[in-house]
Amino acid sequence: MVLKWLTGNPGSRTKRILWSVLLLLMCMAPLFMTPFRLGLLTKFLALAILAVGLDLIWGYGGILSLGHGVFFGLGAYAMAMYLKLEASGTSLPDFMSWSGVEGLPWFWEPFRSFPAALILGMLLPALLALILGFFTFRNRIVGVYFTILTQALVMIVVTLFVGKQEWTGGTNGLTGYPSILGFNLNTPSTKIGLYFITLAALAGAYVLCRRIVSSRVGQVLEASRDGENRVRFLGFDPSRYKTFAFAVSGGLAGLAGMLFVLQVGIISPSMMGIVPSIEMVLWVALGGRGTLIGAIIGTVLLNSAKTGISEAYPEGWLLVLGALFVIVVVLMPKGLVGVWSKVVSSLSRRGGTVHAAVRKEG
Amino acid sequence: MKKQSVIVKGWASFVLCAILMSGCVTEKEAAPNAGADNGSAPIEAKGDSIKVGILHSLSGTMAISEVSVKDAEMLAIEEINAAGGVLGKQIEPVIEDGASDWPTFAEKAGKLLQQDKVAAVFGGWTSASRKAMLPVFEQNNGLLFYPVQYEGLESSPNIFYTGATTNQQIVPSVSWLLENRGSKMFLLGSDYVFPRTANKIIKAQLTAEGGELAGEEYTPLGHTDFSTIIAKIKEAKPDIVYNTLNGDSNVAFFKQLKDAGITSKDMTTLSVSVAEEEIRGIGADILEGHLAAWNYYQSTDTPENKAFVDKYKAKYGADRVTADPIEAGYTAVYLWKAAVEKAGSTEVAKVKEAAKGIEFAAPEGKVTIDGDNQHIYKTVRIGEVQADGQFKELWNSGEPVKPDPYLKTYDWAKGLSGE
Repeated sequence: MVLKWLTGNPGSRTKRILWSVLLLLMCMAPLFMTPFRLGLLTKFLALAILAVGLDLIWGYGGILSLGHGVFFGLGAYAMAMYLKLEASGTSLPDFMSWSGVEGLPWFWEPFRSFPAALILGMLLPALLALILGFFTFRNRIVGVYFTILTQALVMIVVTLFVGKQEWTGGTNGLTGYPSILGFNLNTPSTKIGLYFITLAALAGAYVLCRRIVSSRVGQVLEASRDGENRVRFLGFDPSRYKTFAFAVSGGLAGLAGMLFVLQVGIISPSMMGIVPSIEMVLWVALGGRGTLIGAIIGTVLLNSAKTGISEAYPEGWLLVLGALFVIVVVLMPKGLVGVWSKVVSSLSRRGGTVHAAVRKEG
Repeated sequence: MKKQSVIVKGWASFVLCAILMSGCVTEKEAAPNAGADNGSAPIEAKGDSIKVGILHSLSGTMAISEVSVKDAEMLAIEEINAAGGVLGKQIEPVIEDGASDWPTFAEKAGKLLQQDKVAAVFGGWTSASRKAMLPVFEQNNGLLFYPVQYEGLESSPNIFYTGATTNQQIVPSVSWLLENRGSKMFLLGSDYVFPRTANKIIKAQLTAEGGELAGEEYTPLGHTDFSTIIAKIKEAKPDIVYNTLNGDSNVAFFKQLKDAGITSKDMTTLSVSVAEEEIRGIGADILEGHLAAWNYYQSTDTPENKAFVDKYKAKYGADRVTADPIEAGYTAVYLWKAAVEKAGSTEVAKVKEAAKGIEFAAPEGKVTIDGDNQHIYKTVRIGEVQADGQFKELWNSGEPVKPDPYLKTYDWAKGLSGE
């Protein structure tokens, strides 16, 4: 069955029903949402792609990256550069002319073509992650040291993007592109199309990560999270597996960035900075680390809350959001999915059937 | 078991809150969206109120500046409502937080136009936030009133610019400096689009008007160590430092300049982003004698300004000050009101048409909307910081200057707009 293949594990009957209902609901969303709300949902789903990739390395590989903003940003810039060139036609992008650039820099040239931009948007971040992973994991830089390195990467890239205003648009970022391949990005039909593309991309990312996790690679990854030296003694080279997962995660972040730009219409260095990079980890933590689906739930819920609360209380929303964080962290250390499985297990225990659910919770 | 039940309860209450919250949100937006939502122009306000959006940074680094502008806009709305509203309807402000983050500005602008269907939005401060909002307003055919002086070279059909463009602030101040304070000029700015563009214009002007460039330096936004740059300034010995630094950097720069023993007597410094509010932050003793170029000061002597300052202080506290962007925000609301009343409608096309040539006795003096580029005629003023933190006006242009965002009337500016 399709769903069986999709989720990668057989699962129970209820689980399958839940999945079908969820997918059906998601496909019907354009029917009962205004274009604006649908746009927001698309944005959240795009961000969820990144979160799934982040969960792959953090939840299963034990690699905490606080630098995913960079991979996300590279993908977003790749798409934005293509859109900007399409919008500028034969002339230079507007920010270049006011920054005193005479001709288009060479590295902008490939982004004239949509397929090239699409490929580079995932390839560049994946490559960067590969290089970073190769040198750090091979040298057995793990844990907090690796995390600090990723933060440094964020600092470097953001400073570079801000400083090279004539090439990147500086702090303003890239904006002002109304259409893609001739479709106006603002019309409801394009928005619905983008929604389904994003939904499909998210489903694809989820399946990919689910497959990796349940494969041999995933098992080695998980094993090296729990005891890297033991894995080494067994004859595996954990750094290879980690580098691979990190590169996949980077590529997914790039994909998320590309879809994000199509929705939001602007990318600036602030979106790839330290704070957003930490926020991304929060989405995964809130949803439930090491569950993949939790990353999606966490991203959508947290971002909806952010938007909803800031609309309801524009002057005090940060306080409300902060309080919510504290409550969640104190009451649900394992995230929403952790609480969910607890509820399920306690219910089934009350019903007298103590089996799989309990084992899972542990 | 006990611990578990606490967790379950917490989870349950969280879910409940989430459901309630989403319930509120959907309910709120269900009503105005019953009809078509093709991103169309704001519809005639229903009932007895007209919605307008207020979109400034209420949190983040820009909040310190933008909250005051929001306050001025709210003051104007309150006054208009007390006097009977617009077209007999009360104005209902919808406030959103841009959070000093450009994508957030774009998102909230979309929300105001598509969900709330506001008739106009008053908002923005940084050029980056305006550039992020611009495509949203153009695609949804909305109306944005942008209240801050900026770098020009822009004129969107969906934006009214109530702050100065370059020929109403930078260009005349450079001419004045060259005539009165010497010819060697050092350009110092924060590294983003406004200072870069401003300095490009100034350099062209220096060449044309016989000035001399003594140096050009940029620092990242928020930069606070100016020792290297001050050393360079000392070495270059300019007559004038033209300062386009923004935000916190100004505090550091002027303090370190004073520590280095350079005062306003040794060298003229003219700033374009230092107003009364910033003087309060930096300290009048440090800035005394330095210059600024604006279109309005709290000390500007008009009856309208006296009333404005009194009302602003009465509402927000005697220790608050007014400044150029604050006044421009206040004026923007009145200009929009006048245009709506002349049009007899809040429909964007009609309001834009009616806005052409509208005059208003603003606190800064008479302002007029230029129908060609949707900027406004403004009087240029150069002021000197006094010991009490206020400005003394040294020079003004005598009459409101016609806005020329692309500097088309200046021969030396040919080719600057990149077209």
